[in-house]
Amino acid sequence: MSVATATAPTRTQTSAEKKRRIIFGAVFILIGTAILWFFAFNSEGGVTTTFGLNPGFASNAPKVPDLTFPTQPVLYGLGLLAMFLGGWQLAKGFKSYAVVFGVVFLLFIIAFLAWAAQGRSFNLVGMLQATLVRSTPIALGAFSGVMAERSGIINIAIEGMMLSAALASVMVASVSGSLWLGLLGGIIIGGALGLIHGVLAIQFKVDQIISGTAINILSTGTTSFIVKRFFIDPEINSALNSSKIFAPIHIPILSDIPIIGPIFFSVNIMPYLMILILVVQHVMLFHTRWGLRTIAVGEHPKAADTLGVDVFRVRYINIMLSGMIAGIGGAYFTIGRVGQFDEVMTGGRGFIGLAAMIFGKWTPVGSLGASLLFGFADSFQQKIQILIPAFPSEFLLAAPYVITMIVLAGVVGRAIAPVADGVPYEKE
Amino acid sequence: MAQTEKKQSSSNKKKSFWRQAFNAMLVPVLAVITGLIAGGFVIAMSDPVVLRSIAPNPWHVAAEGEAVDPSIAIDLETALQYHPNEVDVGDYAVFKRGTGVLFREIVESQDQIEDKDKQIDLERAQRRSATLDTGNAGISLTFSDRPLFAFQAAWRSVADAYRALFLGSLGSPVQIAEGWQLYRKTGDSQALRNALRPISESLVTSIPYVFAGLAVALGFRAGLFNIGAEGQIFIGATFAAYIGYSFTSLPPVLHVTLAIIAGAIGGAAWGIIPGWLKAKTGAHEVINTIMMNYIAFRVVSWLLRGPMQRPGSGKPVSPVIAESAYLPQFFGAPLRIHAGFFLAIAAAIFVWWLLFKTTIGFELRTVGSNPNAAKYSGMSVSRNIIVAMGLSGALAGLAGASEVLGLNHYLAEAFSPGYGFDSIALALLGKSHPLGVVLAALLFGTLRSGATSMQSLAQVPIDIITMIQALVIVFIAAPEIIRWLYRLRKVEDEGEKTIFARGWGS
Repeated sequence: MSVATATAPTRTQTSAEKKRRIIFGAVFILIGTAILWFFAFNSEGGVTTTFGLNPGFASNAPKVPDLTFPTQPVLYGLGLLAMFLGGWQLAKGFKSYAVVFGVVFLLFIIAFLAWAAQGRSFNLVGMLQATLVRSTPIALGAFSGVMAERSGIINIAIEGMMLSAALASVMVASVSGSLWLGLLGGIIIGGALGLIHGVLAIQFKVDQIISGTAINILSTGTTSFIVKRFFIDPEINSALNSSKIFAPIHIPILSDIPIIGPIFFSVNIMPYLMILILVVQHVMLFHTRWGLRTIAVGEHPKAADTLGVDVFRVRYINIMLSGMIAGIGGAYFTIGRVGQFDEVMTGGRGFIGLAAMIFGKWTPVGSLGASLLFGFADSFQQKIQILIPAFPSEFLLAAPYVITMIVLAGVVGRAIAPVADGVPYEKE
Repeated sequence: MAQTEKKQSSSNKKKSFWRQAFNAMLVPVLAVITGLIAGGFVIAMSDPVVLRSIAPNPWHVAAEGEAVDPSIAIDLETALQYHPNEVDVGDYAVFKRGTGVLFREIVESQDQIEDKDKQIDLERAQRRSATLDTGNAGISLTFSDRPLFAFQAAWRSVADAYRALFLGSLGSPVQIAEGWQLYRKTGDSQALRNALRPISESLVTSIPYVFAGLAVALGFRAGLFNIGAEGQIFIGATFAAYIGYSFTSLPPVLHVTLAIIAGAIGGAAWGIIPGWLKAKTGAHEVINTIMMNYIAFRVVSWLLRGPMQRPGSGKPVSPVIAESAYLPQFFGAPLRIHAGFFLAIAAAIFVWWLLFKTTIGFELRTVGSNPNAAKYSGMSVSRNIIVAMGLSGALAGLAGASEVLGLNHYLAEAFSPGYGFDSIALALLGKSHPLGVVLAALLFGTLRSGATSMQSLAQVPIDIITMIQALVIVFIAAPEIIRWLYRLRKVEDEGEKTIFARGWGS
């Protein structure tokens, strides 16, 4: 008896786990019911839905046949599958309930798209590529946050850094004619703002939320000032505020793969750069001496100091790197997408990036996952606007913000921030 | 020994009220002054004439059809703009307007002007103009050739801008005196009212600032950073407008009271959501209030295009509210100062009483300055967070309500030029004390309404105020910078200090 209980302690569920099992099971069944109720019962019999698998833009990939299926049976199938998963969760409980939740949510999204596009066709590849592209600035914002917060500095100024860098990069690119110089300009401005944040937070020990807010306000004011003071003149506007944009790079061979090629390998430099930063940051944080020091400084600066790590230096370097990454994210908005700066064009992406960072538990890989979720929400709402024009677009536009709040509320309690995050270090 | 020490400390205490007041005011006042000076630099350095005069490239004025290297060539028109000189009758003068150039024929006096768009009198022309002709090859306008000119131009741009700011916010003292005399003599108050309009506008602008500043300050006192005042203002205004136009037969006092309460409830609702989320899940209020701002903008935008759109109007505006819901304006046009001003002052007194004279306020401040101590002495931190965000949101909602009920009388999408965002700097400047907030709000109202005329008269975008605010926030948050700039001694102050950067989870 005693052996049996000792070998299987995981079998016994705590009341919290039991509660979670029941709640999630109920939610899954509810979602399944919703699929049946709203979509399956409301669809016409004999109608088909087409998911386009060929990109709507130029690509090397060979054409593949689109995915066409009868709408109603598939909707019933999706609904029943969700309900089945819910029943399983209620009865036995999945170990990785979060993943299953993701799957059920995905079923709901597919059902929604199938229902909304019934009798028509809908470009799936286009939406997935838009997901990648739109999650790029969010992911860069999240990486910027990881960089700063791992060393113990809260960087709420990412939004402002992005905004300033967006303007700087388009101006440099317009004047010099070189997009690469423009990107560099954005990086420099981002780094400079990072340095200002660092000086305020490290040197003057200003509350980091306040100094971050000050940088955000300064960026909004400065960029709007420049736009209104100079760019109202169309001649100056065309000289300083209109650049080319990075052209899509079709990676040989990889971009020829159908479906995957157009989604991942026919985008412009920005998503590639984002992936590169992801890899570099991940390796540096977890596999180098610098990363070890950063984490030490973010968790226990005094201990790090005792062991001879220069806390201030690490923090200065990290906050500047954080600003530079945010600068790349800002450059995305102008020279990566439209080639022109508009007032407050970042639209809260920096803050959403911060939420993605928290959702991703302060790791680069997790941040990317969360950013893809937000990017999906963003491209999804855009598609719905086209599919169901009667639906008020304002609600769809608000969706990414609502999702950010839900994610924060659901995750933040369980995600553990670096211990010294936001605490100024006082040298003795 | 001990006795003398005691005596000294008590005499210090007697003096200390004025000294304290002085110490409390010193840094904020210097911060604002420094902000304005820095703003002056930005104005000067962004002035097109100044920029050109310090640009390093000499230009060649090309005759028509002459082939010159385009990078150094400048046509006569543009050259004229940057070469102010003596002017004479018959010359063409050049005037700066925005970044464009205007050409006028110069005539001797004002009465000779026939076409205002083409002619100008000598006196006005001489302030800024040029004599140049085609073929004046290779004029160099570099800084080293004409250093004084750059400084003159810089000075002129700053002086113009700040003069416009002053006249636009406080009015011309001469006109006020003349208006007063006229009123005493004839009893006709129109001239006086016209002269007082800028002051009235400044006060009108400070009304939402007082409310929103109190909202942020109350949050600060409870250790909460409410960046969402802007969204709460929008929702408050929406609620007030809805009550304002959907009832038509209510008695005036009741109707306006109901509308004001509705505004407060709307703002409170919008503030409680992030407060509740913070209390229950630990989600940081900074991100959530910002998200709530975006959501509020979208919701209002949808309402004004859908359910709340004025019937028969294609624009996104609500119906006009019933007259019984107006907050009364005191004087005839163009003075727009309304009863909301007294409401704002009353709100400030109420917040002061609440914070410093009641148990609720004591709890809020304790939670703000030391949540652990609050918890161990039996206060509910989460309840206080929710109460604080609710009160804060209600105050912000009042800002929206007073704008709709007292000023615009309908709801439009762009009715707030960022009162909620400005109020962050304002609350910091006022050290989160109601009296400080009122003073700071008066200052911000003055700046904001003056900046509007600065934009129209001196072509300096209103966003300069936002930049100055950011600097003020930095200076207030890091007083060491100000002390270092002005070589001030460090003073002991600030008993309660709230910290917002507590990580994301706590």
